Amino acid sequence: MIAPDLARVETLWVYLAADPLLWLTVTLAAYVVAERISARFGRHPLANPVLIAVALLALILGATRTPFETYFEGAQFVHFLLGPATVALALPLHRHWSLVRKAALPILAALLAGALTAVVSAVGIAAAFGVPQPILASLAPKSVTAAIAMGIAREIGGEPSLTATLVIATGILGAIMVTPLMALLRLTDWRARGFAAGLAAHGIGTARAFQVNPVAGAFAAIAMGLNGLVTAVLVPLILRLF
Amino acid sequence: MIAALTLLLACQLVGEAGARLFDLPVPGPVIGMALLFLGLRLRPAAASEGAPLAMVAGVLLAHLSLLFVPAGAGILRHAGSLVAHGPGLIVALIVSTALTLAVTALVFVKVAALVDSRPDETP
Repeated sequence: MIAPDLARVETLWVYLAADPLLWLTVTLAAYVVAERISARFGRHPLANPVLIAVALLALILGATRTPFETYFEGAQFVHFLLGPATVALALPLHRHWSLVRKAALPILAALLAGALTAVVSAVGIAAAFGVPQPILASLAPKSVTAAIAMGIAREIGGEPSLTATLVIATGILGAIMVTPLMALLRLTDWRARGFAAGLAAHGIGTARAFQVNPVAGAFAAIAMGLNGLVTAVLVPLILRLF
Repeated sequence: MIAALTLLLACQLVGEAGARLFDLPVPGPVIGMALLFLGLRLRPAAASEGAPLAMVAGVLLAHLSLLFVPAGAGILRHAGSLVAHGPGLIVALIVSTALTLAVTALVFVKVAALVDSRPDETP
């Protein structure tokens, strides 16, 4: 047996760590493990696959001292698929269109009430804690999908990168809270549950909704799209009050 | 399969181009979703069970969670700034998200009962 040549192992690591292949593989592996854990716990809301995968990655990136930029060079291939996946939401929307059309009025009412609550409560609570204005501006669009939220933040003097963080955190929180909260409120209407998940927690809430029920998923997709539009109009108006 | 994936990307591409050209506040993929939806209204067969488009969309949507993992790992970079602003931001996130979920779902159910649109019959 040849003793392991440390220099060669190090050379290999330097090559691998800089190659997109490694971090793409690690991202998929973290998700596979997270999925297994989530399934093992019977899809318990706390065993959220995004949360578990991110926690695993945090450990791995921290232990290997890998900068996020290096990691993202591999992970971007997964990230890229968010675009076509968003387009693909047209299919469940089309499939459940008759249900959606029948619920036009509840959708409109819930959309306005929810969008208003999301912005006013977040900014109001943070302002009460003395959080300064540019941070409030970054927080206001937290419930809408990242691309729209960052655009809104930029327009009203927030920090788009902080907004992206707050958006993802909101998504994970919403995906975790939606099932127990709806059970607590004794709400069994999948349309309402899905719509709430998509409105409050954008794509991550929508992913959770699809995990639970296809009708909930379709209504979550609509809520995510509509709330992006409404919030873009509401946020600049509401922020003038704070 | 490849044709279906191409269609999804083409819808996104047209959406991105439209958003930039007309300076719309909506992201390209969301416009792409609307375009594909209109297309499916005209040709519903493309969305039927077993059609290539339905299969590709099914795979993407079944693993929607995976697609958020890279962005999720990105919050690690800013975890410091979340904590730096004290408990205000964290409390606002948690309470506001719970409130938004509750208000949205309750308003939906109340208005649905008012206009008497039948709720879905899944248990």
